[in-house]
Amino acid sequence: MKLILKYLKPFYRRMSLGLGIKVLGTVVELVLPLILSYILGTVILSGDVWRIVLFGGLMVLCAAAACVLNIIANRMAARVARNFSEKIRHDLFDRTMRLSARQTDKFTIPSLESRLTTDTYNTHHFVGMMQRMGVRAPILLIGGLGITLFMDPMLALVMIAALPFIFVTVFFVSRRGVPLYTRVQGSVDGMIRVVREDSQGIRVIKALSRAEHEHARYDAVNRALVADEKRAGLTMGVVNPIMTFLMNLGSTLVVLLGANLVMGNRSAPETIIAFMQYFTQISMAMMTLTRIFVMYTKSSASARRIEEVLATEEDLATESEEKYPVRADEPYIVFDHVSFSYKGKRNNLTDISFTLERGGSLGIIGATGSGKTTLISLLMRFYDVDSGSIRIGGRDIRTIPGDELHTMFGVALQNDFLYADTVAENIRFGRDIDDAAMHKAAAIAQAADFIDGFPDGYEHMLSAKGTNVSGGQKQRLLIARAVAAEPDILILDDSSSALDYKTDANLRRALAEHMGNTTTVTVAQRVSSVMGCDLIIVLEDGEIVDMGDHEKLLRDCEIYREISDSQMGGAIVE
Amino acid sequence: MRDPRAQNNPNKSAAPEKLDRRSTGKILRRLGGYMLRHWYLIIIAVAFTLLSNQLALMGPQFSGDAIDAIAAEGGVDMDAVLYNVKWMVICYAAAAVLSYVLAATMIFLSQRIVYSMRKELFEKLTTLPVGYFDTHATGDIISRISYDIDTLNSSLSHDLVQVMASIYTVLGSLIFMWQISKPMILVFVVTVPASILFTRFRAKKVRPLFRARSHKLGELNGYAEEMLSGTRTIRAYNREDEIVSRFDGRNFEAVEAYYKAEYYGATLGPTVNFINNLSISLITILGGILLMFSTNGTVVAGSLFFITIGGVSKFVQYSRKFAGPINEFANILHEFQSACSAADRIFKVLDEEPEKPDAEGAKAVTDVRGDVSLEHVKFGYVPEKTIIHDLTLRARPGQTVAIVGPTGAGKTTVINLLMRFYDAEGGAIMIDGDDIYNIARDLLRASYTMVLQDTWLFYGTIYENIAYGCDGATREQVVEAAKAARIHSFIESLPEGYDTLLSDDGVNISKGQKQLITIARAMLPKTSMLILDEATSNVDSRTEVNIQKAMNRLMEGRTCFVIAHRLSTVRNADLIVVVKDGRITEQGNHEELMRLGGFYSTLYNSQFD
Repeated sequence: MKLILKYLKPFYRRMSLGLGIKVLGTVVELVLPLILSYILGTVILSGDVWRIVLFGGLMVLCAAAACVLNIIANRMAARVARNFSEKIRHDLFDRTMRLSARQTDKFTIPSLESRLTTDTYNTHHFVGMMQRMGVRAPILLIGGLGITLFMDPMLALVMIAALPFIFVTVFFVSRRGVPLYTRVQGSVDGMIRVVREDSQGIRVIKALSRAEHEHARYDAVNRALVADEKRAGLTMGVVNPIMTFLMNLGSTLVVLLGANLVMGNRSAPETIIAFMQYFTQISMAMMTLTRIFVMYTKSSASARRIEEVLATEEDLATESEEKYPVRADEPYIVFDHVSFSYKGKRNNLTDISFTLERGGSLGIIGATGSGKTTLISLLMRFYDVDSGSIRIGGRDIRTIPGDELHTMFGVALQNDFLYADTVAENIRFGRDIDDAAMHKAAAIAQAADFIDGFPDGYEHMLSAKGTNVSGGQKQRLLIARAVAAEPDILILDDSSSALDYKTDANLRRALAEHMGNTTTVTVAQRVSSVMGCDLIIVLEDGEIVDMGDHEKLLRDCEIYREISDSQMGGAIVE
Repeated sequence: MRDPRAQNNPNKSAAPEKLDRRSTGKILRRLGGYMLRHWYLIIIAVAFTLLSNQLALMGPQFSGDAIDAIAAEGGVDMDAVLYNVKWMVICYAAAAVLSYVLAATMIFLSQRIVYSMRKELFEKLTTLPVGYFDTHATGDIISRISYDIDTLNSSLSHDLVQVMASIYTVLGSLIFMWQISKPMILVFVVTVPASILFTRFRAKKVRPLFRARSHKLGELNGYAEEMLSGTRTIRAYNREDEIVSRFDGRNFEAVEAYYKAEYYGATLGPTVNFINNLSISLITILGGILLMFSTNGTVVAGSLFFITIGGVSKFVQYSRKFAGPINEFANILHEFQSACSAADRIFKVLDEEPEKPDAEGAKAVTDVRGDVSLEHVKFGYVPEKTIIHDLTLRARPGQTVAIVGPTGAGKTTVINLLMRFYDAEGGAIMIDGDDIYNIARDLLRASYTMVLQDTWLFYGTIYENIAYGCDGATREQVVEAAKAARIHSFIESLPEGYDTLLSDDGVNISKGQKQLITIARAMLPKTSMLILDEATSNVDSRTEVNIQKAMNRLMEGRTCFVIAHRLSTVRNADLIVVVKDGRITEQGNHEELMRLGGFYSTLYNSQFD
């Protein structure tokens, strides 16, 4: 809940103004019964019809004022809630986008998604409701208590004696309630996961006729969610009856005690009657407060989940150059005895060392799962090395600020993404790239032809994940994106696997011609994609088996020869 | 920024204003249908509500009697006080228990409705054609199944019972007021219609705003989902700020839509409350005047206009009781607007055209030989853009057909048509001489095994993922398949082996390994036809050579459709067809096409460049 208060802080002034207006509106409305009893008790006796109408008119006026004031206050409350949500959602999304790969893996995407949506929605709802309902009830409660205390302190104290019990109940229930709602949100994550997976895998599901199976899988998460919601609801539902009962018990005690007091002539029956009336008002107020309390519990579970993300410590912080001093006079990219493991159990990369000059080209080749993608993930610092160091231009990449480091790269990754926007936007990717540069990039990436083939050219809309272009077209758009900003380092991770050999060859040629000053790292399975590189690394099980240029490897490296043979039509497959 | 989905799907256009009254009526009727399914729970809930209202009224009754006993002439009647106090405690205790039971009933009712709605929506989704998922953002679908259903539920189940229970209060107070003074009821003749008119007028104005609110939230969800899937690329390009600022735009639209709905909705409650206060004021004026004439004798006792001071005060009290639920109605109506727009979005999905049902008398094929022929097939994803113009080819049982061509030529589209993910516009596709539109779709699909370029694995163990295509696959069979796909030793090297949980975008597993798992999955079902769409594109070529044996076994005796860029996979095919711009430009076997010296031979030779 600290989180909600923190985010509400900038709005304290506007909120107090709104709440002030709301208080005024409530008070004006509370005047109505007073005028009413005045009319019936006093004005009637005067026998003047016009005075009745006059005071009646005053009532109408008060009612209208209350109406206007309440509307204004409600609107102000809605505005505060809007600004609050906008800010909190912005911060959450911002933090989410900057989570390190490892942190994202830990939260999982469906969970991050539901935190961004349902959780922020819950807090939004609460902030709005609290302002609308949280004013009248306390006024009625405090006002009622004050008046009763004034009327007969002893009787009032009897009633107030019920309050500690109510607070204890509320305390215990909320202690149970928050984890229960946290579980509910966890189940929401689970449900979203299935819907998300199945939306993405619908072809496989249909091909294998697994709809029934998926129904069962969904049913399980659906049931789990319903069960969690029921449990939370049933727990929270306890508060209201207990509270009402305690209040009523208090009132019963008042009657009992009152009877004794009256008997002892220490109180009058009228006082007891008035007392009971205020009592009704107080318990109505308490009821509203419990409703707010239930909402509070639910939203504080959500607030916690949001805070979890916001409070995630900056991973991969920029380290000082004292810790990792700059080395002068060394090649552009240096891997210096690098080892790394995703899970800390088995090394995914072991003792990787190589150097690459500026403008040079590196090819990485190796079996599935040999650590090729891991290697470039380390270069881009998606993860930090466990031991050894990676240096660019003599600087350890841990000392290069994230935004500086990442503007060096142009990348086309394996699982890369296109999004619902124009072709031009997907190539520009929000960077400041002019049309000429974009066209040039498309030409290098061999994408110009098919883009020009679209009726609306570069303004052609892609659908989410680029489902309306073919696999090869997707890859070429990604390459265009990668080369568009003329990066220092170009990384192509298996980014031409869906291209036919001819296009691939043209692509290589264009890259060599136009991107000569760029240091290039190419991960590939085809020898033809890397054979032109200055340095080729052959990876196996996370270790460098051999490295060198194409000729050297063909001569010395058996694995490389095998790969080459299998692709160059040399090895006839059974 | 424009949204391509809106273009592709005219019926999902962003026109929230269009919800006219007739369709609101329809939505209400449909919602009624959902409630009626649980009519017994509703009856129980209403009964409990009435009962607990009754008990809540009885408590004050006893307390009133107790106070009367205190104020009794001749001193406090302590016995009567104690008697009433005893009953007060009993009543309050019973009311507490009952109100908890009621709350529990409501929870059961609403959870049952939510459960069945989510279930229905999800099951509907699985019947929709593949095209729906190609054109709708996943995040928006998720928003419908979570946010919209929640919104709908929270207002539906709670409010309905509230309304039904309060009808009792409204009627009761009306009768009492009628008994006290008929002329004063006239006030309500003015104010009640005023309330109704006002709420209707407001509702009309607010309705589109609520629709926009649901819609915008869905869009925001869609965007967030999309960007969350691309975090790595965004990070690699250092585009976080840019993406966040775009998110901000959508976020603003979403909260603004929410605010607008609230802004206009905020007038409803206070205004109806005002009208109620107005009627009380009018009653006071009228009552005051009548009372004055009654006390000074102008109106004789027993006449229609006669009233006592007690009468006026009771009338006011009842009119408050009467106004309470009406006030509540106004608030509920406000929530109901958001429920309606949520319901509309849910029903939109439920009303989507599902995959065409099987033709009447569709054949239940079980023993497919795998004789596939396409005759003059024509197809386009959007009507104005034909992808496949005129495609004719024949694959005899056991033959391997390789489809080659430049990217974007329509190779994957052919697969989409064979599997009936999309239906062809013209021409015919036959299996064993039967038009595939006359074959039960499930069985048609079940007669294929498919390995796609886009690997799809779900949150579950590796074992479950491999066994996915084949009910009741034993552990041994799964291991056997994994061995054949050359992924067994990798799986064994994982600490939990086959029980390793694959979470989304699992870091410990590369794309190539994912593909090998899907190949293992394809090893299990015994079908007569096989589709390999770039099945090994992410597998390195040495592994590919190693699994070739298994692939050959997989292909043996089956009719195979292969799309591949590695021409080593293609050259052994019985038939190679070159597809270009939706037409077959060359076909024949490897030698024939090489002799032809066309596109294929250039392509083949280019790998040696």
